[in-house]
Amino acid sequence: MRRAAFFGALLVATVVVLAFFALPIIAIFTHVSPVTLAKQLTNPVVDDALLVSLKTTLLAQALVLLLGTPTAYLLATRRFRGRFLAVTVVELPLVLPPAVAGIGLLVAFGRMGLLKTSIPFTQTAVTLAVAFVSGPLYVRAAIAAFEAVDPTFVDASRTLGAGPARTFFRVVLPLARGGLAAGEALAVARGLGEFGATIMFAGSLQRVTQTLPLAIYAEFDVNFDVTLAISGLLVLISAAILIALKVASTWTLSLQRSGFRFAPSTST
Amino acid sequence: MDALTAAFRLPLRSFDVDLTLDVAGTLALVGPSGAGKSSTLRAIAGLARPTTGRIALGSSVWFDAASGVFLRPEERRVGFLFQEYALFPHLTVRQNVEYGGRGARIDELLERLHIGALEDARPGDLSGGERQRVALARALAREPDVLLLDEPLAALDPHTRDTVRVDLRATLRDLALPALIVTHDFVDAAALADQVGVIVDGRLVQLGSPEELISAPVSPFVARFAGGNVLHGHARRSGGVTAVELADRTLVISTDEAEGEVAAIVYPWELTLARALPSDSSQNHVQAHVTSVVPVANRVRVTLGAVTAEVTAESAARLGVREGDLLVASWKATATRLVQL
Repeated sequence: MRRAAFFGALLVATVVVLAFFALPIIAIFTHVSPVTLAKQLTNPVVDDALLVSLKTTLLAQALVLLLGTPTAYLLATRRFRGRFLAVTVVELPLVLPPAVAGIGLLVAFGRMGLLKTSIPFTQTAVTLAVAFVSGPLYVRAAIAAFEAVDPTFVDASRTLGAGPARTFFRVVLPLARGGLAAGEALAVARGLGEFGATIMFAGSLQRVTQTLPLAIYAEFDVNFDVTLAISGLLVLISAAILIALKVASTWTLSLQRSGFRFAPSTST
Repeated sequence: MDALTAAFRLPLRSFDVDLTLDVAGTLALVGPSGAGKSSTLRAIAGLARPTTGRIALGSSVWFDAASGVFLRPEERRVGFLFQEYALFPHLTVRQNVEYGGRGARIDELLERLHIGALEDARPGDLSGGERQRVALARALAREPDVLLLDEPLAALDPHTRDTVRVDLRATLRDLALPALIVTHDFVDAAALADQVGVIVDGRLVQLGSPEELISAPVSPFVARFAGGNVLHGHARRSGGVTAVELADRTLVISTDEAEGEVAAIVYPWELTLARALPSDSSQNHVQAHVTSVVPVANRVRVTLGAVTAEVTAESAARLGVREGDLLVASWKATATRLVQL
């Protein structure tokens, strides 16, 4: 009897949690007819926001990958004084409220700020805001992915005549790719949803700095169907990223399998 | 063929590796785990940097603390066979081998090591013996001047191990390269190498041919490592022979000369087993109950009292050896080596 009650409690909790998480998504797609929803996608506000989001995401993620990857490799493979501090600095944007990040970027890059640039309220500002909030997710995952590569493979590559750079590109990067892809998927998802830091640092100017999440906010009082359509679009993109993430993680697993398998030889 | 000369000191966590080695043929370093064997290979390959000393191949200097020379691993021509083989899991067999060097000789290497048919397979799909051959082919593709083999047989199951040991020995003979092998198994060392060095806590305890190590071990440790029974006792000369009195008052007779505290060493294959005291020429007898009977290949290792005898499976069967049996182990005075303590 007691056992049944316990199992019942687990079941009730699970059903409540699943319903709570799924309900808003279902509501977005059922509030108006799918046809109405699809029609809104031709609205210039949606197209402009989509374009701004795509451009800034692409640029921001290029920055994250190009600068984040070498940073993560250094932090993962070298032990030096101040490493702990460096890792903490990388992780800081993760716990910073987005609005605070936006204000920080503003006073750092603003005309009156630390660096005295004219970046605020331009598309560059959007790119920087997205890179600032999404970069740490990638770098953290990349550090873990690089640390998981067995250093014996690096030693083997060196004794086979490859220098550190060739070893990195031909051995370390392919072995870490699953973890890197998973980290990047998370970073893209976080970057696409970026709102707080962007509105503070870049404003919400249609065609210039208005990304998809900012367009949702801007259209909220103007045309609710547009708001719903953009939300639906973002749900689909997020779902695609989640699936990519799951694929990437199985990818890592199959590569890291190194135990003995007495399988019949594949050549016959 | 240039010889490898290495004399260096490499600090490890609890002791320093301090060795002087000249490798012209095949040299095996044997010792317990954690004796600094793998670190020695790493120092020679350039994966670890010693504090003092010099490492050179013929006239080309790889490391010289005095003049500050330190060639990086990719600048030394070493063929390194790693303990678990370290085959790149994301590359095929052929790509793994080509990582060490390209050209027509890759096909030749694949053929020679009988892995040509596996060239498109991934390391994860290979058996232990196949992995070992791929790793060897990859190391040879580098066209090394010296081979470094870290526990080349340890990752194999006992059955594969015997055949791979024979193959590896033949390959090493054919290559005629200086080769340094590290192993914790004296049998592997004796089978693969001309010279065997016993290493303990980073220091070379004894260096010689396997036969020399067996016939004249410098310490009970070396003898035990070579597979010998070690009996401690007090030696006294009498009538042209030495009598060693063990703690349990048993007398062991040896033709070696010694006085005082000694270790008497007798190898398992020198012992004969009988149900009763034999009336032959052997002077040494230990009577005790059998505590273990372990078959090893076509032989059986029988432990009774403080000694272990190794007899053929056939003899063991004829004698009907079982655990708990009261048997007599006998050996000649000439088979008893004495090491002064």
